[in-house]
Amino acid sequence: MDPILLLASLMVASTPILLASLGELVVERSGVLNLGVEGMMITGAITGFAAGVATNSALLGFVGAAAGGAALSLLFAVLVLWLRSNQVATGLALTLFGLGVAALVGQSYNGIRAPAMPDFRIPLLADIPVLGPILFRHDLVVYLGLALVAGVWWFLNRSRAGLTLRAVGENHDAAHALGYKVLRLRLLAILFGGACAGLGGAYLSLVRVPQWTEGVTAGAGWIALAIVVFASWRPLRLLLGAWLFGGISYLQLNLQAADVRLGFSLFGSRWELPADLQTLLFASAPYLVTILVLVLISSGKGRAALAAPGSLGQPFHASR
Amino acid sequence: MKDVLLAIRGLTKTYPGVVANSDVSFDVKAGSVHALLGENGAGKSTLVKTIYGLVRPDAGSMTLAGQPYAPAEPRAARAAGVAMVFQHFSLFDALSVAENIALGMEGPPPMRDLAARITQVSRDYGLPLDPHRTVGDLSAGERQRVEIIRCLLQSPRLLIMDEPTSVLTPQEVEILFRTLRRLREEGLAILYISHKLEEIRALCEEATILRLGKVVATCDPRATSARQMAEMMVGGTLRIPTRAPSPGGETALEVQGLSASSPRLHGTSLKGVTFSVSKGEVLGIGGVAGNGQDELLLALSGEMRVAPGMVRLKGEPIGRCRPSDRRARGLLCAPEERNGHASAPDMSLIENAFLTGKVREGLARNGFVSWAGARDFAERIIKDFDVRTPGPQVAARALSGGNLQKFVIGREILQRPEVLVVNQPTWGVDAAAAAAIRQALLDLAANGAAVVVVSQDLDELMEISDRFAALNEGRLSAARPARGLTVEEIGLMLGGAHGMEVAHVH
Repeated sequence: MDPILLLASLMVASTPILLASLGELVVERSGVLNLGVEGMMITGAITGFAAGVATNSALLGFVGAAAGGAALSLLFAVLVLWLRSNQVATGLALTLFGLGVAALVGQSYNGIRAPAMPDFRIPLLADIPVLGPILFRHDLVVYLGLALVAGVWWFLNRSRAGLTLRAVGENHDAAHALGYKVLRLRLLAILFGGACAGLGGAYLSLVRVPQWTEGVTAGAGWIALAIVVFASWRPLRLLLGAWLFGGISYLQLNLQAADVRLGFSLFGSRWELPADLQTLLFASAPYLVTILVLVLISSGKGRAALAAPGSLGQPFHASR
Repeated sequence: MKDVLLAIRGLTKTYPGVVANSDVSFDVKAGSVHALLGENGAGKSTLVKTIYGLVRPDAGSMTLAGQPYAPAEPRAARAAGVAMVFQHFSLFDALSVAENIALGMEGPPPMRDLAARITQVSRDYGLPLDPHRTVGDLSAGERQRVEIIRCLLQSPRLLIMDEPTSVLTPQEVEILFRTLRRLREEGLAILYISHKLEEIRALCEEATILRLGKVVATCDPRATSARQMAEMMVGGTLRIPTRAPSPGGETALEVQGLSASSPRLHGTSLKGVTFSVSKGEVLGIGGVAGNGQDELLLALSGEMRVAPGMVRLKGEPIGRCRPSDRRARGLLCAPEERNGHASAPDMSLIENAFLTGKVREGLARNGFVSWAGARDFAERIIKDFDVRTPGPQVAARALSGGNLQKFVIGREILQRPEVLVVNQPTWGVDAAAAAAIRQALLDLAANGAAVVVVSQDLDELMEISDRFAALNEGRLSAARPARGLTVEEIGLMLGGAHGMEVAHVH
């Protein structure tokens, strides 16, 4: 297999999860646990697809996807922040709701092809041997994902607003006592998370597949959630996790397609894994390897610094 | 005559069902330390939150240096020159000192400049502090410095301090007072909230006393005795606990070389803790929070198992016994957090009475709960310990702090313990309830039980203990007779100012 093609495909395959988990990272850093990523992703997938078909423009489709994901997350924000419902239960409900709505809306879009998403060759850079095909011959959303990783890193670690966001997630009572608007900040974080999840979902329906099929996200939202935790809430590790997952997903599909059989030879006779067991093993490899690697990274020394935001998942009451 | 800096006129704030402040008026003068006194629920917190812009009053007005002053939010208060050090520190554990300080400032300079200014100010005021350390790793005294320096960097005119000394050792209190006196000389007005009356007598020139939201008295603390001030706060005469001298009986509980690593993140390991307590004796264990108190309680209650011989009850090794076995043998514990550890907040008082009374009160038969017995037991606690509640069916969380604490302590005392271990028995409890709880502990000892009181309140320990020992970083000092111990000696037993010296100011 061509390693250049593999690495280039890795960038593409990891984009949906990268986008969704990056949004969730910001949400969790603000102290809110939104388990509805899967629901927001698939909502983004269908609204993005619908907008793309209606305007015959994939880029406008992504705008619609971000709006759809953000709209669903607004529902979550109102329930969790102002009505103070349980975050875990509300997030799970959001996923079920999103899956249902997407299936309903998607009925009339079965079998339609998505408008094409043009690749954007970055001039000059795209012509560099090896690096060019891997890094600089993708569509705009891939670049957007990478730019967002850098942007979120800068925002959290270098900007005043990011410091405030971390403070709100770390101890919302203290942040409130200092006069910061906890709920407003969390609302903005949740909307950002929803928009990112929507973009991630639409990347599946508009670029990867590219047509509408029910359940197109296939659990990617849950992986995004897991990656946030195992990346210990840090954007750069999150990028690593998303690449790992995307790369191995792509690799195992290729291995299966090439009908590679695992086994070993002993005393002249060959032992092979049963075919169905091997399929299961291949299919679960991305999940297993990603979790294993991120667990290894986040264990060991300095574990305290990797702890979850202090107020994660707790409801905030302004009147004390 | 000093100038009035902050004038408060007729402030009133009502919450549903409670009048937090009612027509409160007083003046705070520039270059003075003004004490605000009152029991829990007297309305001190609401008042300072109003001054800091966190609460908007229903009626009344304030002026700051002659100008009308009505901050809509803390930002506005800070801009007007009002700074506040919070009772429960408003710090973020996972962030660095500099980041914490930046969060409390309007328009902070870039991080590098800020770090330099922090170092500068901290040196000027004799409060050494490294701007790059993570706040979660600091001691209580150092955390408070972060708050104070955060305030000082904004050159405030009025500094509000809400119970600043409750977590400090005597030496750290001395450093704090030196800083405050110096700020006063620089012309700052300080509004100082505390219930430690001796401290107020040492520091403040004026005191305003609140009771049930109203100003009931003003006085000069330097010319008023602590007892008089306490009685003004309570609005009646205060019963000081009395005790009979300890008979000095045989050893009831013996702890020998108790070492154990903490089961908690950021916990403190116990290192060779050794003490014994006899029948009829009260042993006080002091120390600043986080020096192993919680771990000691876990090891004594049986929530954390240790080697058998490390804990002996009446000579028998019980280090591996479960909590219920220890209860059956006569060792009872009342842990610190009344909401969540000592009681299940959402369960009724009957259920809570059952939870620890099951073994010794025989409240379970063949695996079935005897609800009649549990209700009886709960009612007995409520009656004997004057717990104010509509009835035993009420959820524990509905009780006020003092009442729930009386219930939690009373529940153990009524089970006739041979050894009772309590942690922070009167934390956050008003003076009258605290006196009642201390008296109950003394009566228990007088009836022949051994009592171990773990507390951060040194006045409390001096009042009720026969012997005193201090926990510092998981080690327990040798126990000494409490009578005649001086504050300095106690401070040294507590580990002094945790290795921090006042930098010399040139």
